[in-house]
Amino acid sequence: MSKKTLIPIGPYHPLQEEPELFKLFCDGEIVRDIKWETGYNHRSIEKLSESKTYDQVFFLVERICGICSTSHPFAFANAVEEIAGIEITDRAKYIRSIIGELERLHSHLLWVGLAGHFLGYNTVFMWAWKYREPVLDLFEMITGNRNSYAMFKVGGVRRDIENSKIPVIRKVLSDARKKIDLLAGAVMDDPVIHARTKGVGVLTRQDIIDYAAVGPTARASGVAIDIRKDDPYAAYPLVNWKVITAEGGDVFAKAEVRLLEMYESISIIEQCLDGLEKVREGDITIKVNEIPEGIGAGRAEAPRGEVFHFVVSDGSNSPARHKIRAPSYVNIATFKKSCIGQTIADATISLAAVDPCYCCTERMAAAYDVSSGKRLLNANDLIGLSLKRTEEIRKSGAGHE
Amino acid sequence: METEEVIENIAKKFISDTVAFDLVKSRRGIITIRHTALTAIAEYLYRSEGYRFIIASALHTRRGFEIYYHFSMDTSGLILSLHVILDKEKPRIESLSNMFSASNWIEREMHELFGIDFLNHPNQEKLISDGNWAEGVYPYRKEFK
Repeated sequence: MSKKTLIPIGPYHPLQEEPELFKLFCDGEIVRDIKWETGYNHRSIEKLSESKTYDQVFFLVERICGICSTSHPFAFANAVEEIAGIEITDRAKYIRSIIGELERLHSHLLWVGLAGHFLGYNTVFMWAWKYREPVLDLFEMITGNRNSYAMFKVGGVRRDIENSKIPVIRKVLSDARKKIDLLAGAVMDDPVIHARTKGVGVLTRQDIIDYAAVGPTARASGVAIDIRKDDPYAAYPLVNWKVITAEGGDVFAKAEVRLLEMYESISIIEQCLDGLEKVREGDITIKVNEIPEGIGAGRAEAPRGEVFHFVVSDGSNSPARHKIRAPSYVNIATFKKSCIGQTIADATISLAAVDPCYCCTERMAAAYDVSSGKRLLNANDLIGLSLKRTEEIRKSGAGHE
Repeated sequence: METEEVIENIAKKFISDTVAFDLVKSRRGIITIRHTALTAIAEYLYRSEGYRFIIASALHTRRGFEIYYHFSMDTSGLILSLHVILDKEKPRIESLSNMFSASNWIEREMHELFGIDFLNHPNQEKLISDGNWAEGVYPYRKEFK
């Protein structure tokens, strides 16, 4: 047997936005085995959750992932509402689905960009992230935040989407559709992308079943599972849409599924906006007194697949046990099937094809006065403003629900 | 088939190994089974009925160690959880990882956090805290007075 060379990717590597270590055991250019080391990011969220109240857990689980930050509160809300037997209002259902689908839109655009980046095709990266920006601006307008939207609570949502904002949202969506046409056309017809992604990192239907992979990873191998259809929640049963699948199982098929899913997301949001116009404004929450003793399982379809939250309640104000399964947990494990036998260059895009979770929540904007060229605000001003705002909130007694 | 019917059928089929069954609500069911029967029932669900393994959740309670193995039937949206109760002192159960790879990591994680032994696991190494945590100390165990 020939000697194998160890090529480490990580724990800190320019291609990975989060720390994890892939050890590639290579024979020349060919990857023969992979070992994975993780735990660099372990924050013990399941244990922390046991020490928080149900209202606080939403903010905690939102911070599991910076990109699909609404899918965890979504699944947690489904689980707790199952325990308490709560049926939320139609307006809250529509708003939840709108937030969920906008998130899918920006997450898929982010992935398309990153995939281009991994292939050394940075034009795709710049396009996709440019088109993603208006979606984040929309989030800022609707929720006040670009990521970690803090919209969900037991029994409904925290903020309404006023009907006056609907035309603005529609405009952004119709613009986004045109840009996705452009992007999808460029990606699907590009001979270089075809050469780099077709037949690369193939996962067969049997691999998907064996590893129980979910989301676009499963759908790209012809396994049509989507929690939004299979175990319907929020407004998904109220609107028309279809589950996108592809047969190839390779990186190209995964890109195809994600690109086509974006159209479905836009269509779902538009139908939800129609729904919002028909129901009364402000009817977004119902009163919840206590969470009884019981067991609840909640799931939601995140951009990367099924998020599963299992909550055991002992009748107190915090969960007795809270188990979380993010989609990457099962999807990343498929690397044993998708990367072994590939060349090193193809292994990176195969690893990225399942869209392992990255964080992208940092942002800073500096404002200058046009005439004098001076900075309008410096760091101390920002701290001062923040202290002032906290003081105001404290005085008004808000934030104590 | 209605959820109730599905659960009753499984409980009937494995009547000697079923301790209790419970319909949480439509599309959610829990069957408490003897831990020795786990592989047989899981094999029936996975191979004959086409269930997908979602994940397993371990709990440390006054009764001992409990594990819920969650399975999903994607055509009907049913989540079926097989519930086992393990020994207080030496929790151990047969591994499912020889049947499907999906349970490989979660069994390693439960071994690491709760100290539950998975018999015949292909590779029961630590998943999260390899080299960064003391041996024989299990962070998710509780102390009951």
